[in-house]
Amino acid sequence: MAIMEKKHEMPAQAPAVRAQNFNEVALGYDAETAVAEAQRCLNCKNRPCVSGCPVNVNIPDFIARMKEADFEGAYRIISETSSLPAVCGRVCPQETQCEAKCTLGAKFEPVGIGRLERFAADWHNARAQGRAVPPVSNGRRVAVIGSGPSGLTCAGDLARKGYRVTVFEALHTAGGVLVYGIPEFRLPKAIVAREIETLRELGVEIETNVVIGKTLTVDELFGMGYEAVFIGSGAGLPSFMGIPGESCKGVYSANEYLTRSNLMKAYLEDPSTPIMRGGRVAVVGGGNVAMDAARTALRLGAEHVYLVYRRSMEELPARREEVEHAQEEGVDFHLLCNPVEILGYENPDDPRDAKNGFVRAIRCIRMELGEPDESGRRRPVEMPGSEFDLPVDTVVMAIGTSPNPLIKSTTEGLEVNRRGGIVVDEAGLTSREHVYAGGDAVTGAATVISAMGAGKTAAKAIDEALSGK
Amino acid sequence: MYPIVRKTVLNPTVTQMEIAAPLVAKKAKPGQFIILRVEEAGERIPLTIAGTDPEEGTVKIIFQVVGSTTERLNRKQAGDALQDFVGPLGNPTETDGIERVCIVGGGVGCAIAMPVAQEFHRLGVKVTSIIGFRSRDLLILEDEFSACSDRLIVMTDDGSYGRGGNVTVPLRELLEGGERFDRIIAIGPLVMMKFVAAAAKPFGVPVTVSMNPIMIDGTGMCGGCRITLVRDGKRVTKFACVDGPDFDGYEIDFDEAMSRNRMYADYERRAHEETCNLFQNA
Repeated sequence: MAIMEKKHEMPAQAPAVRAQNFNEVALGYDAETAVAEAQRCLNCKNRPCVSGCPVNVNIPDFIARMKEADFEGAYRIISETSSLPAVCGRVCPQETQCEAKCTLGAKFEPVGIGRLERFAADWHNARAQGRAVPPVSNGRRVAVIGSGPSGLTCAGDLARKGYRVTVFEALHTAGGVLVYGIPEFRLPKAIVAREIETLRELGVEIETNVVIGKTLTVDELFGMGYEAVFIGSGAGLPSFMGIPGESCKGVYSANEYLTRSNLMKAYLEDPSTPIMRGGRVAVVGGGNVAMDAARTALRLGAEHVYLVYRRSMEELPARREEVEHAQEEGVDFHLLCNPVEILGYENPDDPRDAKNGFVRAIRCIRMELGEPDESGRRRPVEMPGSEFDLPVDTVVMAIGTSPNPLIKSTTEGLEVNRRGGIVVDEAGLTSREHVYAGGDAVTGAATVISAMGAGKTAAKAIDEALSGK
Repeated sequence: MYPIVRKTVLNPTVTQMEIAAPLVAKKAKPGQFIILRVEEAGERIPLTIAGTDPEEGTVKIIFQVVGSTTERLNRKQAGDALQDFVGPLGNPTETDGIERVCIVGGGVGCAIAMPVAQEFHRLGVKVTSIIGFRSRDLLILEDEFSACSDRLIVMTDDGSYGRGGNVTVPLRELLEGGERFDRIIAIGPLVMMKFVAAAAKPFGVPVTVSMNPIMIDGTGMCGGCRITLVRDGKRVTKFACVDGPDFDGYEIDFDEAMSRNRMYADYERRAHEETCNLFQNA
């Protein structure tokens, strides 16, 4: 039988429909399609895909089960190495990881590994009977700071080895960026809640409303009997451009905009937490967070959404799939443009005008690409005299974050780098004994799966250190 | 859940609650704040800590009913519980190197100023307190301030109690009379703090103000609480939750802070009316 050249297409809500709702965009394969897609896998001996996965899921093995329609068996294989399969199947950039290494990809489209992983996880979650059984406890306690992807992975791996793990979360809901950052239409909250429930069944305790560095310190955790600490506190303070007008009402960081919509559920009909809706919106930035913000704006009823990015489409760092989805839904990309000022409304005749101080436009300048900079990407250079105004009501700055200062300022001897990221060795160990770290707290803003990889590496190192291996 | 241990009505719009939150009670210092959610699906609101009892494990909050969330909070009784209560957040008020301090409190801001005054008093610092209210009906915490102040001046805008006028009047008189303070700490409405800073400036007395902007997480993630300082002619962005809430009163761009605090004014007014109607019909 000849191999199909292309992946089986992912069913999705039509762009015009989905841009008006917060339901999940990609609908997932049915069983028949999943088996057919699995059959595209060559099951090659050298298994390059596994090395492309930050948590080394046994990809050919799980796909082999799927060929037999043994979806539960496939799930079991994935969950041996991944604590969050339903999440990874949705938000991993497979095109630069496992799928980029797929042998089939040399001639055709690679196997849709992410889509198959998602199917197996959803199949399991829809049918799972009873609770996961926690392993026999070894009585040793580990504290995990932050319940995002790195913390949950670290906690899950240690719990499976018999450790008693407590995860401390600063917010009122567990999940970190998976619940406050990634929107419902890309990662439904119920999926995250289900994955966290599985960890709880394995014996992981989650303490919400505890800010490490404030409510408790790392040193106090050791005093409470924890033998190792993993810091997965995530990205921190949002960056702003430092241009005039950024304090106008209607200017948000992407963190705030997405947190209001996702965690605080401002996307619902009658929310207790307000958000600016409708009107015209400019999102500044070119990463996945910028795409999430732009697509959220559409769904909140914006009449027009601009995406302003200073380089060209080629350098745009967001996943292709997210960019295509955003374009299909009607986000208006203004590439090679950079904001220079945000203009606020001021009524000269009425200082009490309710509109005073709100955004009325964003002034941008056109850019061209010059010589490559230290990142290897061509440096954008301003074209003098090319300024123009986009009339908007809301501006969302999605240009990155800098590490959170709370833990480093309260943990003596914890080394951080020039940018404020926690310094770790290849096993995730910090400059403090038995203190490990991973995820955005170490690297600055990166992906869910790289954070999970770091959590996994640290869990292995913690186990080796504590069990004296 | 975080049980409400005691509830006391201080005046028609201001309520005091003591909440069981042992970890917060153990750590909190004057000047820090908490964030609470009254109910699931409620919004997160920051409130400055008005006192703690570490042995009992309780944290005291004092709030004015100004909107939907504080209305819902005010409907809760002793024995009920709050959904979420996290802290202590922000940095404690600096007390080092101060021998003579003037605490200026305005309205419900006095609830935040009180533990700061008490802390200075405990440290043996000479405390002058000036507290101001719109009228006698709204007066709170007079006895508490009296107990921790070497000198207490009570002002009402309408002259119905204490002296008539606003808090800057006696402050200016004291400074003009040669009174020496190492620090003035002003806590109250933004406009009051702005004018305290302006009154003190000619005398060069350092002024600390406590900012209470709109915020969500309170841990340095959302950036909603950003405020602008003007330092050596340059505009600098700071985050009240991790860099504050106390700031140098001479550096704050108060006009911008006032504007930003009104961002959701319409929404809040509507939500408050709806909540009041909801309770009336219930």
